Amino acid sequence: MALMLIKFDLKKRVKLAQTVWFMYWFAVMAGVLVFSMGLFFKIELRKRSEFMDNNESHFLPNLLILMGLITCVTNAFGGKICYDSLDPSKFAKWKPMLKNFLVSCMCFNSLLLMTALLCFLMRIPLQFTLTEGLKNGMRYYKDTDTPGRCYMKRTLDLMQIEFRCCGNDNYRDWFEFQWVSNRYLDFSSKEVKDRIGSNVDGQYLMDAVPFSCCNPSSPRPCIQYQMTNNSAHYSYDHHTEDLNVWKRGCRDALLSYYGSMMNTIGALVVLVTILEVAVIIGLQYIHSSLSTLANPEDPESESEGWILEKTVKETFTDIMAKMKAMGKGSKVEEGGEAVVATVS
Amino acid sequence: MPFMPVKFNLPKRVKLAQGLWMLYWFSVIVGILIFSLGIFFKIELRKRSEMMDNNESHLVPNLLILMGMLACGINTFGGKVCHDCLDPIKFTKWKPMLKMYLLLCCGFSMLLLLTALLCILMQFAVYLTLAEGLKNGIKFYKDTDTPGRCFMKRALDLTQIEFRCCGNNNFRDWFEVQWISNRYLDMSNDEVKDRVLSNVEGKYLMDSVPFSCCNPGSSRPCIQHHLTNNSAHYDYDLRTEELNIWMRGCREALFSYYSSMMNSIGALVFATIILELADMAGLKYLSTALETMVDPENPECESKGWLLEKGIKETFTELLAKLKMLGKKTNQVEEGRDATVDTT
Repeated sequence: MALMLIKFDLKKRVKLAQTVWFMYWFAVMAGVLVFSMGLFFKIELRKRSEFMDNNESHFLPNLLILMGLITCVTNAFGGKICYDSLDPSKFAKWKPMLKNFLVSCMCFNSLLLMTALLCFLMRIPLQFTLTEGLKNGMRYYKDTDTPGRCYMKRTLDLMQIEFRCCGNDNYRDWFEFQWVSNRYLDFSSKEVKDRIGSNVDGQYLMDAVPFSCCNPSSPRPCIQYQMTNNSAHYSYDHHTEDLNVWKRGCRDALLSYYGSMMNTIGALVVLVTILEVAVIIGLQYIHSSLSTLANPEDPESESEGWILEKTVKETFTDIMAKMKAMGKGSKVEEGGEAVVATVS
Repeated sequence: MPFMPVKFNLPKRVKLAQGLWMLYWFSVIVGILIFSLGIFFKIELRKRSEMMDNNESHLVPNLLILMGMLACGINTFGGKVCHDCLDPIKFTKWKPMLKMYLLLCCGFSMLLLLTALLCILMQFAVYLTLAEGLKNGIKFYKDTDTPGRCFMKRALDLTQIEFRCCGNNNFRDWFEVQWISNRYLDMSNDEVKDRVLSNVEGKYLMDSVPFSCCNPGSSRPCIQHHLTNNSAHYDYDLRTEELNIWMRGCREALFSYYSSMMNSIGALVFATIILELADMAGLKYLSTALETMVDPENPECESKGWLLEKGIKETFTELLAKLKMLGKKTNQVEEGRDATVDTT
């Protein structure tokens, strides 16, 4: 008893072939989209690789690019088969490979599903990479004279302005690092010497943040220095001051940015997987309907199409039996070798 | 002696009609482009209307939108005429309107020329509006509690960050304005009182700039306050310090942005005029070729096409003569009417 049997006449077969051809071309475009999303994600990761210690994992975007390419090729091939399927002479040359093609499409689909799952899970390693990278970014903020780190200040400032964030978790992270280079500190000044002396590591720490943390929406000019000292500024209370500097931490901001990107890409890949399943079913119907022509010489004869030749259970037991037979076949080989060994 | 005559046979006429049809559709796309550029320009002006005192002239974008729509309409009609002209029955219904249509196209090209000139010339108006608007913007920077001006600070800060500029002409403009609201000044403080009194108008002026003037590319943390006092900062000299704050004035930055936009749009409109002229020439050739068929019943006969029926000079003198006749007729009719009114 075949699974989901449908009767086909010539018109229905032609319509099926045309629809599946359209779907294949749509799937090719979806493949191009997945490829370009992978490329876009790779570029975005590279743009901010300084905040991930230049050691972020490019596994996911590379996988997306590869999947996109394979999708394009597979679906273009499938489209060609559909196009040729209405011409019996052309279809005869594709017929032998169809079964293998369908099986490989199924495997590819499971790979796609795995990619989608990865998209949703990659958020976790990204979080750790960002935490580490941003901490180092703030530590190297002052090293504008060290080769390899001289652009860290500029990049971090531009990022805090663009993503409207300050520090790693919040603005207080800046209080724990010396972010003013020693080149610009007057070591003969008593105040500087006191501050450095009061600290175990000999760092010049302040309760101040860089200008890029300032919020332009604040009604008063930005208070960057002596932030925890209410008496240093007129009518200022740092507990109630909300709009002065950005409240959000940059790790949260970057994570939500990349997270939403990955969620969108993941959802898109799931949709592409569903589309692929649909085209596989369509191709299986074409294959089975063209194989069961009542009268092979007459193209207008009736035929039947199905998804599986037997029911799901029977197909499954068949597959298991085949695998066992293959296993036994290798045992026969072993037996043969043993015989050969004993003979020689 | 016709102006630029060309001999046509059937294949040549067909080719001309097809080529002209494609050219008309290309012109429709260009019309859509002009329309969307007009909308884009309008949106850009609105986005920064606070920097222009909300009083910028929207003449150019509105004119571009109108021209874009007219171009679409006129060229679609032209394309329709081309499409129908190879069928003699359909062409006879278009024939009477062709002369009027060509005159209309001429008038439209004149309007396009006017639009292009306006694009180039209105830049002066934009420059003056920007100068006035930025001056007021800097003046109202501190009025974050005055309704109608409370977002000026935010808008100006974001503009200075985005366009990498400071002040109107340069950063010294900020020294002439009180940009800290009195709400945040401790009037009981001696220093504040001194500063306010030392000034004729009682304003609290400082040699400082807002945080949005800071350049992230600077190798040291931003120096915003006491800019002219070299001894207030370690190892600092105002005259040699170039990377600390943005050196460019916002009027120049905004003007160069808008002027490059208007120049590109003006160049595109000029290109559209040339395209329209090509369309008109093609249509004239096509209509004359179809009208001068030696044997109207036989579509394969030869014919001649031209741009003007007589030479340029003769056409011009004829036009002048017609205008004079028109002038005389109206005068005579009016005089005759006056005379009859008088006698009765």
